Amino acid sequence: MSILVYIEHADGAVKKTSLEALSYAKALAEKEGKEVTAVALGTIDQGALAKAGSAGAAKVLQVEDDKLNAGIIQAHANVVAQAFEKVGADTLVLAKSSLGDAVAARLTIKLNAGLVSNVVALPETDGGYKVKRSIYTGKAFAYSEITTANKILAVKKNAVALKVDGADAPVEKLEVTLSDSDFAAKITSTDKATDEISLPEADIIVSGGRGMKGPENWNLIEDLAKAMGAATGCSKPVSDSGWRPHHEHVGQTGVKVAPSLYVAVGISGAIQHLAGVNASKYIVVINKDPEAPFFKAADYGIVGDAFEVLPKLTEAVKAIK
Amino acid sequence: MKILVCITHVPDTTSKIQFTDNNTQFDKTGVQFIIGPYDDYALARAVELRDQTSGSLTVLNVGEAETEPTLRKALAIGADEAIRVNAFPSDSLFVANQIAHYAKEGGYDLILMGRESIDFNGGMVHGMVAEMLGMPSISPVMKLDLEGETAKLAREIEGGKEYLEVNLPFVAGCQEPIAEWKIPNMRGIMSARTKPLNVVEAVSEDAATKTISYELPPAKGAVKLIDKDNVEELVQLLQNEAKVL
Ligand SMILES: Cc1cc2nc3c(=O)[nH]c(=O)nc-3n(C[C@H](O)[C@H](O)[C@H](O)COP(=O)(O)OP(=O)(O)OC[C@H]3O[C@@H](n4cnc5c(N)ncnc54)[C@H](O)[C@@H]3O)c2cc1C
Repeated sequence: MSILVYIEHADGAVKKTSLEALSYAKALAEKEGKEVTAVALGTIDQGALAKAGSAGAAKVLQVEDDKLNAGIIQAHANVVAQAFEKVGADTLVLAKSSLGDAVAARLTIKLNAGLVSNVVALPETDGGYKVKRSIYTGKAFAYSEITTANKILAVKKNAVALKVDGADAPVEKLEVTLSDSDFAAKITSTDKATDEISLPEADIIVSGGRGMKGPENWNLIEDLAKAMGAATGCSKPVSDSGWRPHHEHVGQTGVKVAPSLYVAVGISGAIQHLAGVNASKYIVVINKDPEAPFFKAADYGIVGDAFEVLPKLTEAVKAIK
Repeated sequence: MKILVCITHVPDTTSKIQFTDNNTQFDKTGVQFIIGPYDDYALARAVELRDQTSGSLTVLNVGEAETEPTLRKALAIGADEAIRVNAFPSDSLFVANQIAHYAKEGGYDLILMGRESIDFNGGMVHGMVAEMLGMPSISPVMKLDLEGETAKLAREIEGGKEYLEVNLPFVAGCQEPIAEWKIPNMRGIMSARTKPLNVVEAVSEDAATKTISYELPPAKGAVKLIDKDNVEELVQLLQNEAKVL
């Protein structure tokens, strides 16, 4: 038996979240005496794909078809289902992401599989197959039992430690059949800020709120982010007012992030904002109001005016780099 | 144009989450239930599209009798009729089965729902329903316009947006800023009382997972405050204590 891992890639590199999913699958495979196979869709550099080996894949199946470069959900689900059958897998592991979710959902039906999303730990298998998942936007956990033979596990970002110890994996081409109906949804164009670090993937995020007073002050956020090698985010009112693009909006109704470090500047810490960041490993809060609720969720805090603190902090970070 | 919007009945975003019965039951004490925030976006856009195309708009929830006020609210916002599939929504597959079963006969041009529920955060139901009905699914959708039988959409991808075209019918998981939430007005609230809210029995389809117990995360330690005139100390802590720089 084997465990199949659906891996996503961006700009020629396997995504970090997919490498985490591979590390998770590898640990699961060791526990269950199985082998890990990765499946990658679209044209992508072989060398980059081989790296999946170091995170735990024994081999990588590549379905090399330009049409799969874009994340057309139906087509991806159909390809992964065929790969699952071909390798004789009984478990599919993937990283929780908006594409991953959508693909996994269709696969539950195609594979007759029980699915658990937002997985944060390896399954407990004595007396049933019990998986720990994060629920209520990080406010609690649930233990869910999967009762079907085939299983799908969508792993939450940063929930498992990344292992990079293996060798490169061999990459094999996989032939699959796809029909026109798999491409019923057509992507007409993409509008992507290519020079930015993607928010859901970022390891450090510097985020600004209404306390930054206006878009003209965002250079202070950007300077700190640059010094830290971080992505930038914002609170909802900031993107609602058009100070920042919508895809930077973090929170309950925006992007959910789980970086190692989240720096929140001039953000009050409303519960809806916290819902998007409470999976961060460390939180730093800079706010002039000592009563700001965000301090309760923070590991480190500075009570002070962002306009005074940020330039100093940026210099101090530069000094150690 | 026939539109179906599926809504969840979830604890308000500010609710304190607690469990009872030895961590096996969600504690509803003092919890206010609302239409899922993402579902609210789907509903708001559906009301606009219904008004533009003079079609019909049905809302559906899989839930027990306690979810009826949530459905009434959706009627007050502008849905024409509400359906409650009378069952406890035990897992995403079960819910998707009920929706697909109901929608199969309905001839809906558009099935909209939120990108995910804010209780179990699965983000799975739209994809499952689409697969069961053999339709395309698109998520998370932040813009949806109709031009005849074709829909033009934008969906969020990491670091930006992607524009798509798809023919009706299809299923979409929606999010902001597809439309501004609609707040029910007095007329809406009055008319909601007389609009149909039909209860249908669940089809017995097994769930594929069952939730056994819950757990709360450990309490967070107190924040370490650093003087604003000593930002170097923060950098030291981040570098040497947290080891994140
Ligand atoms: C259903 C629902 C979903 C929502 N989803 C989200 C979401 O996903 N994400 C989100 O962010 N919000 C969300 N919100 C909104 C949320 O409730 C808050 O309104 C929002 O997070 C507040 O943003 P803010 O902290 O930037 O602004 P404010 O509440 O205005 O706070 C600004 C903060 O900046 C501080 N400040 C001001 N000047 C300075 C200065 N010079 N230096 C330092 N600090 C300063 C103030 O002390 C204050 O704490 C949602 C709301 C609802 C009802």
